Amino acid sequence: MATMRAIKRRKESIQSTEQITKAMKLVSTVKLQKARARAESTKPYFEAMYTTVAAMLAKSGNIMNPYLQSGASQKKAIIVITSNRGLAGGYNANVCRLVMESGIPKEDALLYTIGQKGKEILSHKGYALASDYSEVINAPLYSDAAAIGKEILQAFADDQIGEIYLAYTSFKNTVTHEPKLLKLLPVEMDTENISREEQLTPMNYEPEEDEAIGRIIPKYLCSLIYGALLEAAASENGARMQAMDSATSNAEKMIDDLTLMYNRARQSSITQELTEIIGGAEALS
Amino acid sequence: MADNLFELKVITPDRVFYEGQAYMVEMNTSEGQIGVYKNHIPLTCALEPGVLTIHEEAGATVKKAAVHEGFVTILKDSITILAEEAEWPEEIDRHRAEEAKVRAERRLNSGDGQYNRLRAEVALKKALVRLSLTK
Repeated sequence: MATMRAIKRRKESIQSTEQITKAMKLVSTVKLQKARARAESTKPYFEAMYTTVAAMLAKSGNIMNPYLQSGASQKKAIIVITSNRGLAGGYNANVCRLVMESGIPKEDALLYTIGQKGKEILSHKGYALASDYSEVINAPLYSDAAAIGKEILQAFADDQIGEIYLAYTSFKNTVTHEPKLLKLLPVEMDTENISREEQLTPMNYEPEEDEAIGRIIPKYLCSLIYGALLEAAASENGARMQAMDSATSNAEKMIDDLTLMYNRARQSSITQELTEIIGGAEALS
Repeated sequence: MADNLFELKVITPDRVFYEGQAYMVEMNTSEGQIGVYKNHIPLTCALEPGVLTIHEEAGATVKKAAVHEGFVTILKDSITILAEEAEWPEEIDRHRAEEAKVRAERRLNSGDGQYNRLRAEVALKKALVRLSLTK
């Protein structure tokens, strides 16, 4: 049996770890609430944007717009949203695994990373990096999303990339977060959900339909990227909260076990001392 | 006169900026200034930086706001404005807008490539809209 001192030292070390995980859990709970409120406040914009774009594309089915077709280039851009810090369970690893298992060959992929962790993991695996915006994930702004969207669309217009994907963690609720891979460009939309009435309303466009689509799609992309950034931030804090919660309860369990071990060791050492004293006294008499 | 009113929604990425009934809306589209009443033909158009004027009722006081870049979808009885930025006059920082105006003017005068010129023009337009509202 380990000595009493060794057990005590181990117990103390676990106790201080528990304090840290507990504090981190509290911090991420507060951050989660904030991030979640922000993610929810952007939903109306995104939904309105989605209906507008979907209605537009449904009515102009045969329009030829560069945004609706794959570019000439074989390269596929992937925007990967992860976190800057670890200790969030499988949060970062799940997004990276999704990218690796997406069926996009490593040689054809070009990464735009947001978040240090994803950048580290994927560049270690040999993926090519186009640019990195890790600093925005802590407090995502719409202008950040717009800047990222602009750069990527420029690359698309210059034929450096043929398709654009977005890998992020979607936030369902506090306990469920799901890694997702979305195809951003060329735009593919499920136009069946639009009501008949809406499909039948003739719509006029100013400027011309083609130009209007060319103007609205970049905005649609930016709103998608912005929504993904906010959801990813909420998911990150949710994942960290869960990870820290289970770390805290593991630590508690270990402390319980160690306390039991410590008490046993203490008792056996007392018993041993007593036997020694009695044995000594008997030898003398 | 409730028959003359339509639903108006102004949404930005961060919030629902305005939601309610309106009698007439004036805005600055890429093709020029327009004013829209109820029963307008369905129309989708692009917005340029400009002042959005909301008449909540005929002849009543109007609400003004700065709206920068976006889209408007006009249907028979509803108007939805999707703007990248929207501000009420009291939210505008006049000092900052003035600085932005001077900066944009300097950039335009220095003539630094076409891309920068476009950006500076947009910045100048935004600054002028903001200033016109805070006077």
